Amino acid sequence: MSAVSETREQALAGYNFAYLDEQTKRMIRRAILKAVAIPGYQVPFASREMPMPYGWGTGGVQVTAAVLGPDDVLKVIDQGADDTTNAVSIRQFFERTAGVATTTRTAEATVIQTRHRIPEATLRAGQVLVFQVPIPEPLRFLEPRETETRRLHALAEYGLMHVKLYEDIARHGHIATTYAYPVEVSGRYVMDPSPTPKFDNPKMDDCAALQLFGAGRERRIYAVPPHTRVRSLDFADHPFEVQRFDRPCALCGAADSYLDEVVLDDRGRRLFVCSDTDHCATRRAEGHVGPGEEEAAP
Amino acid sequence: MYVAVKGGEAAIANAHRLLAHERRGDPSVPELGLDQIGEQMSLLVARVMTEGSLYDPGLAALAIKQARGDVVEAVFLLRACRTTLPRFGAAEPIDTGAMRVRRRVSAIFKDLPGGQVLGPTFDYTHRLLDFTLAAGLPPPPPAEAPVETPVETLANGARMPRVASLLGEEGLIESGGTDDPDAPVPDLTREPVSYPADRALRLQALARGDEGFVLALGYSTQRGFGRTHPFAGEIRHGEVALEFTPEELGFPVPLGRVAVTECEMVNQFHGSAERPPQFTRGYGLAFGQSERKAMAMALVDRALRAEELGEETSAPAQDQEFVLSHCDSLQATGFVEHLKLPHHVDFQAELVLLRRLRAEHAARYAAREAATGAASDDAAEPFQEAAE
Repeated sequence: MSAVSETREQALAGYNFAYLDEQTKRMIRRAILKAVAIPGYQVPFASREMPMPYGWGTGGVQVTAAVLGPDDVLKVIDQGADDTTNAVSIRQFFERTAGVATTTRTAEATVIQTRHRIPEATLRAGQVLVFQVPIPEPLRFLEPRETETRRLHALAEYGLMHVKLYEDIARHGHIATTYAYPVEVSGRYVMDPSPTPKFDNPKMDDCAALQLFGAGRERRIYAVPPHTRVRSLDFADHPFEVQRFDRPCALCGAADSYLDEVVLDDRGRRLFVCSDTDHCATRRAEGHVGPGEEEAAP
Repeated sequence: MYVAVKGGEAAIANAHRLLAHERRGDPSVPELGLDQIGEQMSLLVARVMTEGSLYDPGLAALAIKQARGDVVEAVFLLRACRTTLPRFGAAEPIDTGAMRVRRRVSAIFKDLPGGQVLGPTFDYTHRLLDFTLAAGLPPPPPAEAPVETPVETLANGARMPRVASLLGEEGLIESGGTDDPDAPVPDLTREPVSYPADRALRLQALARGDEGFVLALGYSTQRGFGRTHPFAGEIRHGEVALEFTPEELGFPVPLGRVAVTECEMVNQFHGSAERPPQFTRGYGLAFGQSERKAMAMALVDRALRAEELGEETSAPAQDQEFVLSHCDSLQATGFVEHLKLPHHVDFQAELVLLRRLRAEHAARYAAREAATGAASDDAAEPFQEAAE
């Protein structure tokens, strides 16, 4: 290690465990406790300015910093993968400021910070899943005013959302929301699950792990406690359904995982592989083999 | 065969090393010193301190150097430092009436107690590139003040009365806020904003707000989107003493001096059955010499008081949720630039749906073609019969 980077390490060593001071952590923990007590309700919190930009996971980072202990094992994913640049950056941040053990294995992690995906492997009790949330308000694009949306939540007045979903069906024949698909939590609050594909929505229901959501720029924290009913909004004649892929993962052959489409060249060659890199690697280690490259979508 | 890309960690580290290299530029050119930035880029330092909400010219200069001159990035660096600093209390309100004035102009009186002091200003310069500056020639020395300055002719020592208080003596302008001076100071960096936000909080947000955004909003009120009929009552810039009252002492002790720019706008008058008509006010304050920011802030402050003053609210500058949620350059830049982050999972979800919708559309179209083809055959027959 060079002298310069040693100095940088020492500079970071001057910060409290997991960067945030204990007062701030206490404030965030209080918000988390309130969020857990009122599932799906967006709790305002005094989000701090973090050393990474707003919109890049400052909410998730603050929640993780507040719940992280020295014995925790941290996993950070972005788009389901541990090796995407922002996941690497956030993992390094906690390696430096908290010195906690990190892992890419979903099963080994006690705290998993995620952006845009829920791991394929079923989460267990004792694990905490921390979501990075850009826009916490599910009604925001229907009603831009916070004063108004808070009133709608207070009155459980979700007609707007149902009208929006209905209009989708009228226009396209389907509900055209494919990610950040709204859910009703514990029969009360309508909640934005963060921009995960709706493929992941069923995993939120009755999940054994604690799910925490942090929106730094918008200064909101919300939660889904373990084993809470999470229902994706739908209609009796248009029941909720998830994306299906008409082929398995090219690498591990998984037929039930969410796939990334990788463009191989400019002549239409494509490859579909698991977005959850740990899931894919684990399956391959177990001996599963996919069909490999094939001609993709017509 | 496709192999998932690894090595993000090394790529990030290398990108940062390259960035540091680019920041330095050609090593044969002498490196910028923080003192050079502080002395010769003082308006930039003022802006970074204002939007960074931290009065520290040295740290601001460092942030500017580290950010390669990018204002928003420099503000970001300063804010990220500020967020870790302990808060040990709130200072006494600064007394801008006791300011050591370097510049003070009023547009509403030809002359006034204390006089018009132009000071260092770009106003009335002809914007012609100065090639002697490129050649590095030293500027002529500044003019010496006459022995008896207008400031010293004032009755009450060195105080330079604020224009608003001159108007206030006659009751022509509303008093400058009736808030309890001992009330706790709101801090939007420590408490989430809830709407409606009071004026102190709004002013705080505007002071931190992006100069360009606040400028454009202020400008929009001049063009009729929330018109307030403003007059620049006074703009003053100079140093004020900063005092703090430690609990154990019970009296204020000086902490030092800070340079600020203050703008008082005098706006269209109001009255009611109970209150005689009087001018209303808009207020702006920024660190260092930041006139554009202070003036724009005062315009927007006044526009945001529309509801309180019983005016119709329809323009963006009058809408506090719109203004306060969008004026912060860090929040804006973070969210705009986060679009650079991978979104392929969500994009895939959209692709899946779009392909399905297109397939269904093609099927429907084909079915309709077939149906109308058959129908037109049916329709053609009677016509043919009639022709026969």
